[in-house]
Amino acid sequence: MKTVFADSLIIGGGLAGLRTAIATRTRGLDTIVLSLIPAKRSHSAAAQGGMQGSLAATIKGEGDNENVHFADTVKGSDWGCDQQVARMFANTAPKAVRELATWGVPWTRVRRGPRQVVINAERVTITEKDDNHGLISARDFGGTRKWRTCYTADGTGHTMLYAVDNKAIEFGIAVHERKEAIALIHDGSTCYGAVVRDLITGELIAYVARATTIATGGYGRLYAISTNSVISEGMGTAIALETGVASLGNMEAVQFHPTAIVPVGILTTEGCRGDGGLLKDKDGYRFMPDYEPGKKELASRDVVSRRMTEHMRKGKGVASPYGDHLWLDITLLGKEHIEKNLREVKEICEYFLGIDPVKEYIPVRPTQHYSMGGIRTKPTGESRQLSGLFAAGEVSCWDMHGFNRLGGNSVAETIVAGMIVGEYVADYCERSSVDIPTSVVRAFVMREEAAITEIIGRSGEDPYELKREMQQIMMEKVGIFRMGSDLQEAVDGLRGLLLRSRNITVRNKARHSNPELVEAIRVPKMIKLALTVACGALARTESRGAHAREDYPERNDRDWLNRTLSWWKDEKDDLPVLEYENLDVMSMEMPPGTRGYGKANMIAHPDTEKRVKQIEEIKESMPNADRFEVQRAIMPYDLPEKYQGKNERVGVGFE
Amino acid sequence: MSGANDGRTLKFHILKYDPQQGGDKPRMVTYEVKEAPGMTIFIALNEIRETQDRALQFDFVCRAGICGSCGMVINGKPDLACRTLTAKFKKPEITLLPLPAFDLIGDLSVNTGSYTRAMSERVRTWIHDEEGKQVDLNELEERMDPDLADEIYELDRCIECGCCISACATKRMRDGFLGAMGFMKVARFAVDSRDKRSDSDWYEVIGNDDGVFGCMSLMGCEDNCPKDLPHQTKIAYLRRKMVGAAR
Repeated sequence: MKTVFADSLIIGGGLAGLRTAIATRTRGLDTIVLSLIPAKRSHSAAAQGGMQGSLAATIKGEGDNENVHFADTVKGSDWGCDQQVARMFANTAPKAVRELATWGVPWTRVRRGPRQVVINAERVTITEKDDNHGLISARDFGGTRKWRTCYTADGTGHTMLYAVDNKAIEFGIAVHERKEAIALIHDGSTCYGAVVRDLITGELIAYVARATTIATGGYGRLYAISTNSVISEGMGTAIALETGVASLGNMEAVQFHPTAIVPVGILTTEGCRGDGGLLKDKDGYRFMPDYEPGKKELASRDVVSRRMTEHMRKGKGVASPYGDHLWLDITLLGKEHIEKNLREVKEICEYFLGIDPVKEYIPVRPTQHYSMGGIRTKPTGESRQLSGLFAAGEVSCWDMHGFNRLGGNSVAETIVAGMIVGEYVADYCERSSVDIPTSVVRAFVMREEAAITEIIGRSGEDPYELKREMQQIMMEKVGIFRMGSDLQEAVDGLRGLLLRSRNITVRNKARHSNPELVEAIRVPKMIKLALTVACGALARTESRGAHAREDYPERNDRDWLNRTLSWWKDEKDDLPVLEYENLDVMSMEMPPGTRGYGKANMIAHPDTEKRVKQIEEIKESMPNADRFEVQRAIMPYDLPEKYQGKNERVGVGFE
Repeated sequence: MSGANDGRTLKFHILKYDPQQGGDKPRMVTYEVKEAPGMTIFIALNEIRETQDRALQFDFVCRAGICGSCGMVINGKPDLACRTLTAKFKKPEITLLPLPAFDLIGDLSVNTGSYTRAMSERVRTWIHDEEGKQVDLNELEERMDPDLADEIYELDRCIECGCCISACATKRMRDGFLGAMGFMKVARFAVDSRDKRSDSDWYEVIGNDDGVFGCMSLMGCEDNCPKDLPHQTKIAYLRRKMVGAAR
């Protein structure tokens, strides 16, 4: 049995994994990153539009700070997030943007003087201050009160990933590529690493570590059409679930992005609308102001996706061989702007659609985009059940996004989580040791080895067929709008697929580099994840954020202000076990309120009024306090010391 | 979308070779695929794998032309397979070979990762600034000229797909040749005001025949770069810079 030892093992080489690795390496720990692919090819690179951080350097960001970013994030989450985590995030995000600037990200900068922008379909001139020239700029994104999304044209994720991976190389961090973690090694209370399959040789290797951090991104590929990379199949989430010990959180919280191109589902950034692009129907009519007169195209993603779907249901979609779609019109932004700030979008349109977005409308439709749910952790990133197991980034549910994530908050989260969780991982490594017997490690490797031998040896189910059926069920029955009856059918259908997947096999019998075997190992895990999504969605009889039940359209804080937890307690089970974790209104900084979209349709929580009053009293009792003191009095939260500092902003200093 | 060519039967001629399989020899295998509207090589290869050859190896990640995983030689030219529409080819014959100059994993899959890591370590593709390490992240960031930021981004767009390396005749003749990917990194960091390396530092990296003086100026890199990076201009620029540094 080949065994590799490390202090800090990171599974996943995207932004969150690499930033966590840098944190633990900086603390002097032996750190290894596992990646399916070369790290610079990770899905993080696909983030086009930008990263939110309240730097407030552009004139349209004036007045922004952590409080505003925090409030936007909580509202965006439809009050489903952990507000302490949102606070940790909002305070660290500006530092993250600035750190990346020193690491080489060529953030687009503020240019002094007047410039033309498009706001609400009109060209207006805004004038940037002389004093702010050369500071990091920001663009507008959905669901935010200020222009807060820092960017490099529309290649933000790319420049971030390159800067961070280069930093990891500078630190000499080993990235073991083409390696897939297929099981976690644990003793029921502590995680000690992972069983890893070499995707070239097929060899199984035990990676034994003091702390294991999963940073494998989302589970978008449970859906047939997704903006996600083809590797975003949720494997990190699945191996945590398969421990039977670690719980997942809010798996039913799945985001659909309003503007992916039809049919292939490649994303066009929210920056298109942030920069002034419009959504139009088959008559060329701009319909969003009719539904959301306030934020229009820049309402939160879940809201825009639902409105688009509603509008298509009214027969206003554009018919195509691939089903109805709507138009994204960025022609009004002009050639120069598109070629400079939206060039990836332009390339995508040219290559995949054969159109020029400077002159033509882009066919778009809401498409699976982001997984708010994931491995349930404490605010430190550590699993609540398995010590030594951490999660960071999209894979985790620590839980920053609740039931809907704001655009620009995901790449921001990857870095911020890497910074914060990385420190807690290092703390954990420093106080713990690996004391697991070799025999336990060996047993885990032997179990996986035996499972693979069985897959290769038997005759049975086709992994591609099972995957296709699963993805179709998710598309048709666990989508943007959900119904109890559909969800029940989804659960039944997926359960059937799960039973069949226990007999999965391969035609290609090679043990080494065998893409079919990779599928056969993954697909049963994916079906389990799909079941946690469908079961969570069926059980949650309310609508919150991206989870929209047509049979339960109201947000029900009285009964559902909670987080869904799911376990797969026994391998032989054919459904997950669900439990709920209540959100405590009495400790919230922002008690539940309305997001300001459509008609308010809510059942209030009995504590809400009490808490609102209490907060008012706290504020009144400290008339001379600054905003930091008030915040601390209302909702104290922890953060590694190095990230506790106040953030300076131009013109206002550290206030 | 494709239009006129709908309904063709495409013939894919693909190099098959599994170096880990004892006795296996490189060979061309032909697969037939019914062309669909908007079909890319990504779609076609997945269909072939699902329906005809479960062992067929290739690499895709983003399938949107931004991650650089799927470089391969398509009808004689290195390019990104994911964003290559089959309709682009008048004749319904498409020959696919793995990128040369990289270690072959199998069929169309090559190991670019070990190459790019070594390249990064050689060029030291990170900001060199001893003072930068002391920056207080709570304070206002250092200002940068907006035009300079844009200029850096232009050069930072390389996706390390390897098409330039595969299209480089010098690289074929001289194994240690840094190649256009490395030169583009040098150009990117040399223009960045945050990187304090001097021309003589760069001379240590590229001031020899394995560096910028080895380039034969055939410009396969410029002709085949999927991101249209300015290889020709930048190689010429680096050469002039290095001649200056050598004095």
